[in-house]
Amino acid sequence: MRLAGKLALSAAVLAGASALAFWWLTAPRVLPAEVVAAFPPGNAAEGERIFWAGGCASCHAAPGAEGEARLALPGGLQLKTGFGAFIAPNISSHPTDGIGAWNIGEFANAMQRGVSPDGRHYYPAFPYTSYARMTRDDVADLFAFLKTVPAVEGRAEPTRLGFPFNIRRGIGLWKLVNLDPAPVVSIEGATAEVLRGQYLVEGPGHCGECHTPRDVSGGLKTGEWLSGAVAAEGEGVVPNITPDGLSWSAADIAYYLESGFTPDFDSVGGSMVDVQKNMAMLPAEDRAAIAAYVKAIPGHPNGYPAR
Amino acid sequence: MKKFLLAAAALTFAVTASIAGPVEDREAMMKGFGGALGQLGPIAKGEKPYDAAVVNAAIEQLSANAMKFDVAAMFPAGSGEGTEALPAIWENMADFEAKVAKFKADVAGVAANPPADQAAVGAALGVIGGNCGACHQTYRAKKS
Repeated sequence: MRLAGKLALSAAVLAGASALAFWWLTAPRVLPAEVVAAFPPGNAAEGERIFWAGGCASCHAAPGAEGEARLALPGGLQLKTGFGAFIAPNISSHPTDGIGAWNIGEFANAMQRGVSPDGRHYYPAFPYTSYARMTRDDVADLFAFLKTVPAVEGRAEPTRLGFPFNIRRGIGLWKLVNLDPAPVVSIEGATAEVLRGQYLVEGPGHCGECHTPRDVSGGLKTGEWLSGAVAAEGEGVVPNITPDGLSWSAADIAYYLESGFTPDFDSVGGSMVDVQKNMAMLPAEDRAAIAAYVKAIPGHPNGYPAR
Repeated sequence: MKKFLLAAAALTFAVTASIAGPVEDREAMMKGFGGALGQLGPIAKGEKPYDAAVVNAAIEQLSANAMKFDVAAMFPAGSGEGTEALPAIWENMADFEAKVAKFKADVAGVAANPPADQAAVGAALGVIGGNCGACHQTYRAKKS
């Protein structure tokens, strides 16, 4: 074989090997069958608490919905980011337009592995990197609750992203770096209340998704956990809520989450308005736990540039 | 006499309007809301006992301040630049005006029937606070 031929062959082999490696590395990884089988039967009444803690309505209720209408989940909210517009889908109990026909395994893989029933990666605008930290009981309870919300017809528009972010397979690489169900911070001598708050904040509450700065790939800089960030969507900054950025007492934080009022009686604003409405639906002890955790985490300087 | 009254009225208007610009006026009004609500907050939270005199005075202050909320005068076109007021206000003026009208109606409702105990203070704050958030969600960007 002539040299040119040899080179061409090597290049082809290399390209093939790279393609195989990419294919293997980026393959959607679902929960093992035995894990799926171990999910308990859910309790819908308990699941409502998880529904509010998880903030599902903020993205999946119709934009502008109030009161009871926040339990109708047709999707449609657009998160306009630097990557493009992520559009929340219908997660109502409708059997074809929503998730009414899903089983617990499909739901758990979506929530905790970011994989759809047809085996594709979800974009992490759906905060499965946080939901991955949820307990099996809570996932099962939430699933049971979502079976009880109204079936709403209609599909939201598909998400619109530019190249290369429109190649879903690439999310497989992103997940290798960013999908880790381990707790984010470790707090010496944490009380049961602080641990409950840690679970709510790092897991279902997915507070870090907005309050923690991201790297260029959109992964959270967990070393600067909750230190605030330039808003990924919309205008302005999301505040630093570590002890270096927030001087409020635990009671102040809990009251803010309950009422929407800051200690000097300014009001909640921006996308936190919907979050606060969700938090107001939780039992008081959950808001107190979140406040206790926020007071206990390590302080960091602001995770966004001075303005 | 009539002319004199008209002139006096015009002068009064000109003076009050020129003391401060619309931005200063609306920021002072918003601070005023915070001040009035701040009297009610500790009662709602149970940090201070219910005191009808304090509650009624705060509601009166809140109500008087709310009635000053004049969208046309305080949010003229072009007055958003460099402030926390977002362009969305002027893009959705009818909605903004409707939200302000609802806020004023809710404050008037609370003022007409002032909260008579601690729980009612909390409920009133909930009604009023919902209006604050409804506008600040879409129409305000925090600068700091």
